Amino acid sequence: MYAQMVKSTGERPKTLDEMTPEERAFQQRVDADIKIEPKEWMPEGYRKTLVRQISQHAHSEIVGQLPEGNWITRAPTLDRKAILIAKVQDEAGHGLYLYCAAETLGVSRDEMTEQLLSGKAKYSSIFNYPTLTWADIGAIGWLVDGAAIMNQVQLQKCSYGPYSRAMIRICKEESFHQRQGYDIMMKLCAGTAEQKEMAQDALNRWWQPSLMMFGPSDKDSVHSAQSMAWKIKPMSNDELRQKFVDQTVPQAEYLGLKIPDPDLKWNEGKKGYDFGEIDWNEFYEVLRGNGPCNKERLDARRKAWDDGAWFRDGLMAHAQKAKARRLAAE
Amino acid sequence: MKNEWPLWEVFIRGQHGLAHRHFGSLHAPDAEMAIKNARDVYTRRNEGVSIWVVRASDIAASAPGEKEPLFDRSNSKIYRHPTFYDIPEEVGHM
Ligand SMILES: [Fe+2]
Ligand SMILES: [Fe+2]
Repeated sequence: MYAQMVKSTGERPKTLDEMTPEERAFQQRVDADIKIEPKEWMPEGYRKTLVRQISQHAHSEIVGQLPEGNWITRAPTLDRKAILIAKVQDEAGHGLYLYCAAETLGVSRDEMTEQLLSGKAKYSSIFNYPTLTWADIGAIGWLVDGAAIMNQVQLQKCSYGPYSRAMIRICKEESFHQRQGYDIMMKLCAGTAEQKEMAQDALNRWWQPSLMMFGPSDKDSVHSAQSMAWKIKPMSNDELRQKFVDQTVPQAEYLGLKIPDPDLKWNEGKKGYDFGEIDWNEFYEVLRGNGPCNKERLDARRKAWDDGAWFRDGLMAHAQKAKARRLAAE
Repeated sequence: MKNEWPLWEVFIRGQHGLAHRHFGSLHAPDAEMAIKNARDVYTRRNEGVSIWVVRASDIAASAPGEKEPLFDRSNSKIYRHPTFYDIPEEVGHM
C-alpha cells in the first residue's frame, strides 16, 4: 500500500507456547484489542516493523505531493487550483502526523529524512508515474486516494496507539480527496469527446499502478503473517485489492468509462469481480528505482531539503540567540 | 544532518468550550513558530479556537511500568461510585 513491502521479522509468528512470558503478555493484549502505547514493552521485531511501515507511509504522503503539485499552476480554474492546493497541503499534513507517530518509537525525524533522501527507505510505487494531463489529477483523487482510503480505514484499528490515532485523523480528511478527484472525472466525462477521451486515457494509465498499491499477492508476501498477528496490518493485500476493484468498477460504469482489463468480469459465486493478472515485473522494477519518475522524485526531495538548509539553520540560530538574550535579562 | 528542530507537543481547545486536548506533535525552532506550524498542521478545518505548545522534553510522565501501583488501588474503592448506594425509588431522582 502506501507501505507496500514492509519487511517484518521474516519468520512465521510464534505460537503462544513458544513465546517468552513477556511476549505472551504482549500478544494477549494485542489479541484483546488493547492499544500498545509508546514506551511500553514491545518485542523488538514489532517496533522495527512499525518504524518501517509508518516511515514508508509518511514518505509516501510527502513524495505523493509531487505528481499533483505538477498541476497546481496549470489547474483549469481558480476553484480547481484552490482545491488542489488544499488537497496537496493535506498530504503534507498526513506526512507530518505519521513522522510524529514513528518518532514515538525512538527514530528521529532527521534519520527518516536521511533514509528517504539516500534512497534507502521506500515509498509507494504509485508516485513514480508521471501526471501527463489534467485528467490524471482526477484519476489520482478517484483511484489513488480511493485505494489509500481502503487501506487506511482498516489501519485505524492498528494495535499501535499513535499510528491508529494518526489514521483516524487522516481518514477524516481523505474522503474530500477522493470526491474532488471523481468530481473532476465527472466533469470531463460530461464534456466534449476529447475531454472524455482524456479521462479514459488517464484511467488506462492509472488502473494497474493503482492495483499495485496494495502490494504483492498474499502468496508472495512473506512478511504479512507476522504483521497480521501483531495487528499492524489488519487485512491482507489481496483482500483489500478485491474490495477496491469491487467498489471501483461501478464508479467507472457510472462515468461511462471502460476499465482497461479484458479479463474483468463479475463472478456471481464470490459476489465480486475477477480481474486479470497484474504485471508484477513492472511493480518490482518501480520499487527497485526504475520507474518512469523515481529519479525525478528523489531529486526534487533532495533539492527541497538542500535549498531549505539555510532557513532551518537560520531559524534555529535565531531561536538560540533569543533564548540566550532572555536568560541574560532574567 | 544535525541541528534538528526540537519536538513540541500540541494541545488545542476545540470549538465547544472543552479543555485543551493533546492533538499531536511537531518540530519547530521556537514557541512562536511551533504555534504557527500547529495552526497549519492541526487546524486546517477550523478544529480549534486556542493552541498551547510545550517542548516535549519538558513533559514529565508516569512510567508505564507503574500502571498497576498507581491505578489499580482505586478498583476496589467501589463506594466512590454513585451506583454503590441503593436508594429507594420512592425517594425520587437523586
Ligand atoms: Fe494522504
Ligand atoms: Fe489523500
